Amino acid sequence: MNLESLLYFIQQLLNGLTLGSAYALIAIGYTMVYGIIGMINFAHGEIYMIGTYVAFLAITALAMLGIEYLPVVFLFALMSSVLVSSAFGWSLERVAYRPLRGSNRLIPLISAIGMSIFLQNYVRLGQGSRDLAMPSLVTGGWTFGPEDGFQASLSYMQLLIFVVTFVSMTALTLFIARSRMGKACRAVSQDIGMASLLGINTNRVISATFVIGAALAAVAGVLLGMQYGVANPFIGFIAGLKAFTAAVLGGIGSIPGAMLGAMILGIAESMTAAYFTTEYKDVVAFGLLVLILLFRPTGLLGKPEVEKI
Amino acid sequence: MRENLPFAIFCALVTGALSVPLLGLKLVSEGTSLAIEGADAETWMLISGGMLAVFLTQLFKSQLSNGLSGIKQSLPANPVSGLSDQKRGQLEKGLLFLVIGLAIIWPFWASRGSIDLATLVLIYVMLGLGLNIVVGLAGLLDLGYVAFYAVGAYSYALLYQYFGFSFWAALPIAGLLAALFGFLLGFPVLRLRGDYLAIVTLGFGEIIRIFLNNLTSLTGGPNGIGSIPKPTMPAVQFEPEFDIVQLEFSRRAKEEGNLPFHEFFGLDYDSATKVVFLYVLALILCLITVFVIRRLTRMPVGRAWEALREDEIACRSLGLSRTGIKLSAFTLGATFAGFAGCFFAARQSFISPESFTFIESAIILAIVVLGGMGSQLGVILAATLMIILPELAREFQEYRMLLFGLMMVLMMIWRPQGLLPMKRPRIELKEAA
Repeated sequence: MNLESLLYFIQQLLNGLTLGSAYALIAIGYTMVYGIIGMINFAHGEIYMIGTYVAFLAITALAMLGIEYLPVVFLFALMSSVLVSSAFGWSLERVAYRPLRGSNRLIPLISAIGMSIFLQNYVRLGQGSRDLAMPSLVTGGWTFGPEDGFQASLSYMQLLIFVVTFVSMTALTLFIARSRMGKACRAVSQDIGMASLLGINTNRVISATFVIGAALAAVAGVLLGMQYGVANPFIGFIAGLKAFTAAVLGGIGSIPGAMLGAMILGIAESMTAAYFTTEYKDVVAFGLLVLILLFRPTGLLGKPEVEKI
Repeated sequence: MRENLPFAIFCALVTGALSVPLLGLKLVSEGTSLAIEGADAETWMLISGGMLAVFLTQLFKSQLSNGLSGIKQSLPANPVSGLSDQKRGQLEKGLLFLVIGLAIIWPFWASRGSIDLATLVLIYVMLGLGLNIVVGLAGLLDLGYVAFYAVGAYSYALLYQYFGFSFWAALPIAGLLAALFGFLLGFPVLRLRGDYLAIVTLGFGEIIRIFLNNLTSLTGGPNGIGSIPKPTMPAVQFEPEFDIVQLEFSRRAKEEGNLPFHEFFGLDYDSATKVVFLYVLALILCLITVFVIRRLTRMPVGRAWEALREDEIACRSLGLSRTGIKLSAFTLGATFAGFAGCFFAARQSFISPESFTFIESAIILAIVVLGGMGSQLGVILAATLMIILPELAREFQEYRMLLFGLMMVLMMIWRPQGLLPMKRPRIELKEAA
């Protein structure tokens, strides 16, 4: 392997890890909700899309006011996006899923599909269906390699994505492991009936799960929105499906599993795009999903589920 | 009321957070960057009205729920639920025949546009009935049903383009190919549990669409395939010699050996006969579908579908083959989608991957859910409503998908069994005298 192909490989690895970080943030929402109430929140991808839109709105609003100092812009975009998306996550559970709790498991899934279509068209009505493009805020980066050959580069934006993802994941892990609410979350995911007998307010825990998931999806929305600079009301569908694949790959219900699965998926996708073909990179993701479900339905880090009568 | 106040304020604020950024502010492209425009006064009125409404309902929640339960008690009971099973079965049968009768005599006085629309409704009835086997009867949530529809449509289009097959030759092949796809997909995935199955079928639907989009040399990619011929009508000819000829509905026959319909019968050329013929053809295909599925549900395999939906573990302990039953439902459902797809390609004369997106699967699923899972009459009614209502309310076109999503959620909350829920087959023993 000569230097050039090594650099090319490193570049693809970096791209894959960037993509994987964003998938991981979205996948947490799927995996936590599944871990606690055992349903697939099909509308979760739309929360990510809303996060991107709110970030664009926030950044544009500050730019119109003449504020362009990067840390302020980024933090404001992050906060407003997290706030609005959390509101969506909370209401989603309240309106579309809570009344259906305890019914046949296909019924909440159909309701979630309805909600996903509703949210897509809600944003379409408000913001139009065309692609919105935003100039990138963070430019530049480091490049490695010979002056005249192929150069691998790590942009500052990619670095920002890694750092923010790492911080969010650490915060989440600490929250689940140490805080009172985190403990309650773990208890509810083990046995919801028992937890409520022991005096845990399960409704509150479920709401908190949706809010946390939505907030992380919003973070992903801000980051990917800034990285690619494009938004339309339909980006949530494919991103959500990919993140779900990541969650299943790692073992749905397991938080470290979701992170691992997302990284594997991100790298697999960027390698396919680099070495084979870009047209079929989505096929690789779905093919991976099908294969995982067939041969290891519990995922890499998941626990086997026992069917109870 | 006092204790609801903080929560009511919270809910009103959340409503604000949901609506102000996305509806109140609008991003517009300005050169290479973006700018924000405020919405018009009407939208702001709507947003504040929404916040107020949420605030008031949360504040007077207990009073409202008291009032509502009072109304519910005073409402008359469901008129159908009072009937005995046998009477209800007869009523449903009668209604089904009434609907069929109406569908047959109706084109005599309808306009050309509405007959064309009715043909589209019939395609969706066929799709709905096919998916009804999978979702309604066997209880397997299939979110990629449109893939089989696409397989059917592309089979005819490709068979015509490369081998010159006619509609009638392609129809059984389209059904078989779709069935084969259903079988091949079903074989590995049917071991999966309900919601996993849903996502895998969704992924499969997307994979098919991506392939259709990218295999440009074979399928024409996003440009699709055009000038697919319309179906012909076979007729028996006695002169000059006894033969079966294919009648075309254009002014002049395009294929050699075919005759134009109007020349054969000695009529004046009328472009409307083509529309009526397509309608009649769709109706015949639909009737066959209705009949076949009605018979199937009374056969052991049909009973097994429903039993499996109700209790999988009980079914397995009674010795039923889980995979076999699921596979039969999946394959049969796919077959009908293949027929519908073949007919769709013939009616449109042009197909492209655009027609086979996830939203199409969602519409067919909504038809099954709205109609009442498992009920044929319900599916027919729901398909009619779903296709006709958006046409009638053209000024609401923009809100169509929004309302569609909302309706799916509300149906699941208020009436998950659908408009006309299916009557479960059951037998009661007579009491001993």
